Amino acid sequence: MADTTAHAAPVEHTSTGLPSTKLAMWLFLASECLLFGALITTYVLYRGASTTGPYPNQIFDIRYTSVSSFVLLASSLTMVLALTAAEQRDFARMRLWLVATAMLGLTFVGGQVYEFTSFYHEGLSIKSNLFGTTFYVLTGFHGVHVTVGILMLLSLVGMSWAGRLPDDQAFPVEMVGLYWHFVDIVWIVIFTVVYLIPQPKPAG
Amino acid sequence: MVTAASVPARTGIIRRPTATTGWWSWFTTVDHKKIGLLYGFSAFAFFLIGGVEALLIRSQLAKPDNTLLNADQYNQIFTMHGVTMIFLFVMPMSAAFFNYLIPLMIGARDVAFPRLNAFSFWVFILGGLFLYSSWFLGGAPNGGWFGYPPNSTTDPSIGMTFYALGLVITGIASSAGAVNLAVTVVNMRAPGMTLFRMPVFVWMGLVVQFLLVFALPIITVALFEMLFDRRWGTHFFDPTAGGQPLLWQNLFWLFGHPEVYILILPAFGIISEILPVFSRKPLFGYQFVVFSGIAIGFIGFGVWAHHMFAVGLGPVANTAFGITTAIIAVPTGIKIFNWMGTMYKGDIHFDSPMLFAVGAVAMFVIGGLSGVTHAVVPSDYQQTDTYYIVAHFHYVLFGGAVFGLFGAMYYWWPKVFARQLNELWGKVQFWILLVGFNLTFGPMHILGLGGMIRREYTYPAALGLTFWNQVSTVGAFLIALSTLVFILNAALTQRRSKGLANEDPWDARTLEWTTSCPPPIYNFEEIPVVHSIDEFWHRKYVEDKEGRLVRVPAGASDHPADGHKEGHAIHLPSPSFWPLVAAVGLPVIAYGVLYSWWLVGAGALVTVVGFMGWAMEAPVAE
Repeated sequence: MADTTAHAAPVEHTSTGLPSTKLAMWLFLASECLLFGALITTYVLYRGASTTGPYPNQIFDIRYTSVSSFVLLASSLTMVLALTAAEQRDFARMRLWLVATAMLGLTFVGGQVYEFTSFYHEGLSIKSNLFGTTFYVLTGFHGVHVTVGILMLLSLVGMSWAGRLPDDQAFPVEMVGLYWHFVDIVWIVIFTVVYLIPQPKPAG
Repeated sequence: MVTAASVPARTGIIRRPTATTGWWSWFTTVDHKKIGLLYGFSAFAFFLIGGVEALLIRSQLAKPDNTLLNADQYNQIFTMHGVTMIFLFVMPMSAAFFNYLIPLMIGARDVAFPRLNAFSFWVFILGGLFLYSSWFLGGAPNGGWFGYPPNSTTDPSIGMTFYALGLVITGIASSAGAVNLAVTVVNMRAPGMTLFRMPVFVWMGLVVQFLLVFALPIITVALFEMLFDRRWGTHFFDPTAGGQPLLWQNLFWLFGHPEVYILILPAFGIISEILPVFSRKPLFGYQFVVFSGIAIGFIGFGVWAHHMFAVGLGPVANTAFGITTAIIAVPTGIKIFNWMGTMYKGDIHFDSPMLFAVGAVAMFVIGGLSGVTHAVVPSDYQQTDTYYIVAHFHYVLFGGAVFGLFGAMYYWWPKVFARQLNELWGKVQFWILLVGFNLTFGPMHILGLGGMIRREYTYPAALGLTFWNQVSTVGAFLIALSTLVFILNAALTQRRSKGLANEDPWDARTLEWTTSCPPPIYNFEEIPVVHSIDEFWHRKYVEDKEGRLVRVPAGASDHPADGHKEGHAIHLPSPSFWPLVAAVGLPVIAYGVLYSWWLVGAGALVTVVGFMGWAMEAPVAE
């Protein structure tokens, strides 16, 4: 994956005509689909299975999370703008949009940290019940993915600024963009499954 | 990745190393052949360790009410035997052959991502060492390689936490390697090397990499859930809080059954290479062998619940999975018939590689047939958790995969080391192994049907199981003897000076044999142009007017001579420190999870620094 940035020479001759790095990124994302698939399956299997509270309807603040979801989705737009700028070889503008993307991502992760903290104070810990267990692990895994994406974005900015990216800077930006959009799309699924679809009434 | 002219050379954080010889070069190498050797030697070392564990198990079971091992030690040893043989021997040994051979077989100079390849190896070996460090840090994993909760999540010793963390680490290694090799096969083929001109070994490699890419994330999630349950008191598999241990079984086997094919398909590829060479005929039904391999890959994801027939999933689920299990026997059977067709009326030469390949087919058929008996649900109720199952999976995985891998060692030894293993000792090893193997695992069918259950550390004399257990133990020591013969053969062979009288000792058919032995670092002076399946064979032989094979005189071929010139115009990526640095962080993180958040932070920092250095590195040393 880290090969994306340094030496995916666009002149490389490949059997399919596609850059190897792009194929590798797609394959990696396919693998990630199964990772999140298994995590989401676990969450869905245990919906409404908690034997004690707190329950989702007592904890969730849908309005708050909707806003932070919007922030994350907006970062996909800034990511596209960064790629467009890179394709137009306007690298200063590209770096600006990359920083904007990273900041939006950071806002989302910050929001998640705040959300986790306030849920914890309201009595939902990872040990409280199955809801706490599955909620923290699923959204936590996603948060780690966003954080890794932020690191990749900031590395791109730094390397572009220091002149360490290949001539065709659009290529590494496109690769990191694939990852970033994937993480956003996964959040759409998680947000829908975890927050929006009402949970069945608790069993007890 | 061979040329990277568009990137101007820049100084990275530190100088990129250049040495390709000397002991230190093994730590920085990105050459797929050296990495293949590293995989091979490490995997073989783990094979020996796993073998010693097997001998301990068999010694304990050699007589009733034995006290050589107590129950706790026995649990740790049989768990580590399974984990070692599957994750630390067969998988990396297959990776060794894929790494070494795939680029040579498709006419490439390296894999698609040489540094990622090195990273995969280092993560694998560090993950293996991490798992084994558990022996010294409070006890090895003791809940079986399948790690069923709630036993595995409530066990008070630290072993199963090592299991969860260690397998996540080796899973990262396999995932990175799988993406790398799959892209290599798809994207790095020489001109003319269409998908349906690829050697079957490469095809099986491709299928295995896809299985890894899609199966490993599932076990990764299951292992994380187990880790959270054990370390942070979550309730994923905790029935007292509403959790379902059955979830683990579904996730585990949804990975675990594709894993079975991850273990056996490389051997199927090896057999499909060896049989044609030693029958002096092309592979019979190439397309059938390839498509049945692909079919196995797909159906392999739809049979997992046959590991859970006795759990109580209900008649509908059991019937459905019984049917899919019977169906997956079909493509496997197709392969067997094609191999027999390949040998039929062939000019068969029983050199050691051929003996092992034929042995693998024969032993796999026995294991396959006992496998069909478990597909019948009522019959499986009688067999599940008995030694009959142990017999079955050793016939397919030892009889199939390990015999195949030994065949591969004999077959490609001249390619890799420029020396030929002694034929006589090879045959001696084969026959001792064949007899020892059947003595070890054959009686387990009888023991299992006679009521001997798996994973019990001892049995009372009154059950009348003693005789066949003793036979089995004798067989296990014969397997050890045959391994010793192999090691001696290899050691004596390596003491001879390098050099083969003939660099194509088997009169082989595929591209890797067009290079010198061992191949130069850049593999091919000129990238070959491929015109057919079995390209090398067609460069050596043509048919005359009567349809008889005639050898093309040397030099008369219209192909460029595969002379071994100096390849100075070829730019290969330089060695690199960073894959090792990035890999070292992972076990540090894992120890941190066990002992201290500070270590987690330190390990994460090392890994991030490793990846940063990696990304900033110029492709070629200045």
